[in-house]
Amino acid sequence: MSAYSPGARIRVRADDPDHHTRMPRYVRGHVGEIVAALDRWPLPDDSARGIVPPRVQTCYAVRFSATDLWGSGDHTVTVDLWESYLDRA
Amino acid sequence: MTEHDDLPAAARTRRLEERLIAAGLTSDDEIDEFLTRLYASASPVNGARMAARAWTDPQYRDLLLSDGNAAAGQVGFDGLSYQLRVVANTDQVHNVIVCTLCSCYPVSLLGPSPGWYKSFAYRSRTVREPRAVLAEFGVTLPGTVQISVWDSTSEARYMVLPARPAGTEALDAEQLTALVSRNGLIGTALV
Repeated sequence: MSAYSPGARIRVRADDPDHHTRMPRYVRGHVGEIVAALDRWPLPDDSARGIVPPRVQTCYAVRFSATDLWGSGDHTVTVDLWESYLDRA
Repeated sequence: MTEHDDLPAAARTRRLEERLIAAGLTSDDEIDEFLTRLYASASPVNGARMAARAWTDPQYRDLLLSDGNAAAGQVGFDGLSYQLRVVANTDQVHNVIVCTLCSCYPVSLLGPSPGWYKSFAYRSRTVREPRAVLAEFGVTLPGTVQISVWDSTSEARYMVLPARPAGTEALDAEQLTALVSRNGLIGTALV
């Protein structure tokens, strides 16, 4: 069961963890829109720390507008993000 | 030109391999066998065949865009080690693939990734100013075409389905396949 449906607005957490993460810095704190739920996969933050078993979470394709990310640009950037990287916006 | 073996990353990789071998987790033979297997069949011709078939077979195109792994299986590429997601170029949208965190990319369908795909310049600039990056690859798009950048940060791997060029109606499958380049499947070429 996925927490977010396509079209849902989310905000990427503004965390700055001291361990490995696959939450790129350039989207942290930004609002994006869920494009699709991809699958459920082990959370890389847990796997990289040797946490057994790692949390398994839905990973989403999330679309951001260039204007929101960079203040300019007319393109979009879609980033795959695990559920615990996100909060409802 | 720097030789591969002189690169700091190659030296780091080798030290890591030596640690894994010393720990009894793998061997040089096992690593060589894996790489030989990976690269023996990995070629952009694989992705090109899928794109060319999607141009001529609407049902296959639908499958390719909705379930990339099933579509890959239909042309003999079963058991991909990743979720394949294919994004289609149209006259309104141009897609381009990047991996800002490392260099993820569907190797089995596109072949070994080019050096520029792994460069800091490509990885940092493509999400920020894709229109300028594409222009440097010789791809100049009308302002009306939306650019959609896909950052491969998860277990999914992205591939672009280029738009079929005009004037190719008479070509057969083999000729259509030959039109599609690796860069076209990444999005840094039109086809």
